[in-house]
This record gives sequence, C-alpha cells and structure tokens, in this order.
Amino acid sequence: MLVVENLQLKLNGNPIINGLDLRVDNGEIHGILGENGTGKTTIANLIMGTNNYRPTGGRIIFDGEDISKLSVSQRAKKGITLAWQEPARVEGLTVRDYLRLSSKNGQADQIERYLLMVGMEPKQYMDRDIDATLSGGERKRIEMASVLAMHPKLAILDEPDSGIDIVALPLLLNGIIEMNRQGSSVLLITHSERVTEIAHRVSILCAGKIINSGAPLEISRWFKNNCLTCPHINEPTY
Amino acid sequence: MIRYSVEEEYKGMIDAYQKAGGDKSVLESKDTAKLVVHENRVLANDGIKGLKIDTEETESGVRVNFTIEKGTKIDRPVHLCFGLLPKEGLQEIIMKVDAQDDSEVSVVAHCIFPNAVRVIHKMDADINIGNNAKFDYKETHYHGEDGGIEVIPKARVRVGKGGVWQSTFSLSQGLVGKLDYDFEVFCQEKAVAELVVKAYGRGSDDIKILEKIHLDGRGARGMAKSRLVLSDKARAEVRGETYGNAPYARGHVDCMELVNGTEAVAVAIPIVSVTYDTAKVTHEAAIGSIDRRQVETLMARGLDEDEAVDVIVKGILK
Repeated sequence: MLVVENLQLKLNGNPIINGLDLRVDNGEIHGILGENGTGKTTIANLIMGTNNYRPTGGRIIFDGEDISKLSVSQRAKKGITLAWQEPARVEGLTVRDYLRLSSKNGQADQIERYLLMVGMEPKQYMDRDIDATLSGGERKRIEMASVLAMHPKLAILDEPDSGIDIVALPLLLNGIIEMNRQGSSVLLITHSERVTEIAHRVSILCAGKIINSGAPLEISRWFKNNCLTCPHINEPTY
Repeated sequence: MIRYSVEEEYKGMIDAYQKAGGDKSVLESKDTAKLVVHENRVLANDGIKGLKIDTEETESGVRVNFTIEKGTKIDRPVHLCFGLLPKEGLQEIIMKVDAQDDSEVSVVAHCIFPNAVRVIHKMDADINIGNNAKFDYKETHYHGEDGGIEVIPKARVRVGKGGVWQSTFSLSQGLVGKLDYDFEVFCQEKAVAELVVKAYGRGSDDIKILEKIHLDGRGARGMAKSRLVLSDKARAEVRGETYGNAPYARGHVDCMELVNGTEAVAVAIPIVSVTYDTAKVTHEAAIGSIDRRQVETLMARGLDEDEAVDVIVKGILK
C-alpha cells in the first residue's frame, strides 16, 4: 500500500531524513518507534504533504502512484489521513460538524458511534466547539474519532497516546484496532513501546533512518538492548 | 398588522429575507412580535402584551419607540426587520429603547439590502436598560454583491444596576460596503455589557468598528469582542475600549482579525484603562493569517483548500 524509498529531507541544509525506506502493507498496523528528535513527525508530514514539507530525494508511493507532489487534499482523497500530535483547534466548528465533514465519503449517520469508540459521550460533546475549551486529551480523542469517521485506507497517527490519561488510553488503542479491523492500514508513530504492542510490525527510527524492523516483541528487546544503552543519541552506528 | 396598500412591498422584504437564508415563517407568524420597515414605511407592527412599539414615519426613515414594561418577560424573540429593496435610497432609523426594571427580552434584527448600489442605512439608538433588566440584541445584515451600501449603526446604551446588555452585530452575507459601527455602553453597579461584532470584508469593503464600554458602577463587567475576516482589498480598523471606573469592575477587550491574501489591511487598537486599584481590564488583540495548521487539518479530511478556508471563516463568524 505505502512504499517509501530512499526518502530524504534537508531543511536549511541540515539532513533531517536520511535515505529512509519503509513499507506499510494492506491491513497492517505498522509502528514507528523512536526517541525525541529522530524525525517521527517529519515522516508524518512528508507522507501527508503537510507543513510545506517536500522530499529533497526519494519517492513516496501509495497504491502504486508517486504522491510526493500531490497536495494534502489530493492525498486525502486517495485515502490517506493524518491525526496530529497536537491537533489544531478551530473556533466555531462543532464536534458534530467536524465529524460530519470527516465522514463525507462515509456514513454520516454513525458519527455518534465514533465518539463512543474513543470513550466520549456524544450528548456531552457533539455541540461543543473543537476550540481551546477542550482539554488536550479530549481534543486528541476527537481527532481519533474524526479519523475513524473518515474510514481512510491509511491513517497516520502521530503520537496518539500523548496527553491521554491511563483510563482513556486502552479505549484509544481499541479504537485503532477497530479502525484496522474495518480495513484501514495504520502508521502508528510513537515513542512508547506500550503503544507499539498493538502493531503487526515495528520499525525503529534513528536520525531520520529506519535502523531495524520486525515483530513488536523482537523489536522491543532489540530497542532495550541497543537504543536505551546507546551513547550516540540520534547518531546511529549501525 | 399588515397594511394592504403595501402588501407587495412586505412580500418583497420577506422574500428577500428568505433568499438570504432567513426563516420567513418567523416574520409571517401572527404569534411573533415584530416590526417590519421598508425605506420609510412601516409595513407591519405587531406588539405583544408588555411590549409597546410606537412608530412615526419620517421623510428618510422611521422613528421607533420601543418600550418593555416593568417586570415583563417576553419568552419568544421579538423580530425587527429593516431594509431597502431598490438600488438607491436612504433609510434612517431613530430608535429609543426603554427596557424597564426587571424586564427581559431578546430582539433579533434583520437588515436586508439585497440590491444596494447606492444605499445608506443609518441607525441612531438611545437605549436605556433598567435595573435588573436583561436585553439581548442580535443584528444580522443581508447584503447583495454590489457593495454599494453604507451602514452606520450608532448606539448609546445605559445599563442600570444589575442589568444586562448583550449585542451581536453580524455582517457576513454579501459585501459589507462601508461600515461605521459605533456602540458605547455605560454600566452601573453590577451591570453587564457584552458587545460582539462579526464581519467578513471582501472586495474593497471598508470597515470601522468602535466598541466602547464604561464600567462606572462597583462590580460592573464588560466585554468588547470582535471577529473579522478580510480578503481581497478589504480594510478594517477596530477600536475596542474599556474603562474600569469603579471598584471591582472587570473588563476584557478581545479582537481577532484574520487577513486572507496580501492586499487586505487590518488594524486593531485596543484601549484599556482603570482608575481603581481593585478594577481589572485586560485585552488581547491578534491579527494574522488563517492558521495553516487549521487549513491542513481539514484538507487532511478531504476538503479542498478553499472549502477548508470557508469552514474556518464560517466558524470564526458564527
């Protein structure tokens, strides 16, 4: 479904992504595990085309087509979406309207269900604006609900667990599993090993490059043995 | 009561209101208190118990005396409909409002100028809100796409002890033309004033907003809020002024102007002042472009860029 080949990005002459190769298969939850500053959010932006990021080298192939030059809307219309680490707040836009516009190619009558899937009571939230009156955790869960409503082919979830309390986290993870069951592939970007437990495969990102990929348990062990003890933070020696 | 001699005029106003997205059933309902004025002609004036609307037609408009009797609480909103259907003309509304003590009313004003090429619409209001009275006033304008209109709403509002004045002025349908909004409120002890202006300037629209609140009584509270979006060559200057002139007065000025494109110009001038050490008045003014992250969030759900900007603008002006 998604094939990233030798992806490169330089910002102000500084290499941020360095020949990154990645593959996300149909129906797969693929975790990207990495410490702060390794380029996790940059990958999300490059695949979605947001933040004006365009690769300085390499290709991003989605369903057989190079999408590197497409706009954000064009990529979304092909079935890719992104849930931001810190989702934007929009004054005057209600949760109901946000979920409706997200689900315009899906089932608008089921939007309440998507809120319930992330542990939010529709009656309490539907008519609220997605503005600064929501807590960070509430806004994150609404973001997840809007991705669920969209039924994307590929959902890029950037740090979906950040700002989420321990009660809501299992609900959120269940929401991701349900999204995957309904046919969406997921690129799950995180710094938390706990979150990668729901992935089918996990890749470790360091200094803008994938340095290892495999099953979650195997990668978790490898990460502990190699990354946690590594003196070269964000400077891979592999 | 509709005068039959002006029935067609009345129908024209109602139709124009509906075309602009309004719900014409509220203006047709016999149970709704309303006043409908076209140019200088009163087409309908239906009062309700405890509410008296006296009118006098003048050469260029109408004088209106709007009185809510002491203790009267009106459940359903009262509708005012002012407008001018021809391309040219002048409409001057001179309004005197007396909301007597302990009264409560919500007034919805619709100002309809769908064909204006050279039109002036002026309102000069003298408003008195009694002790513990509550008055909610919402004015929405429906303009055409010519922009040949000058709108000059001016009001002086006095709010008595424990009284509440809330007003929202919205102009986001059609071109603004030239707007010179000037509302000034004087609040006595524990009175509350909220002024909100929302406008979408396009083409060569020219917008001037002055919201001024005097917190003259102990514990009075006020907020002057404005939300403007400007595109093309539109210009706007917003002045939000709040004066904390009494102990424990609380005020806030909140101005946000978004500029879409490179030729629109936005200016914000907040003025806050306190003369008591226990009074507090704050302000925030922000001028900027439409937030790129907001646009991209909506684009990532499949909206085109223009659609995303439209959703954001509508939200701000809602």
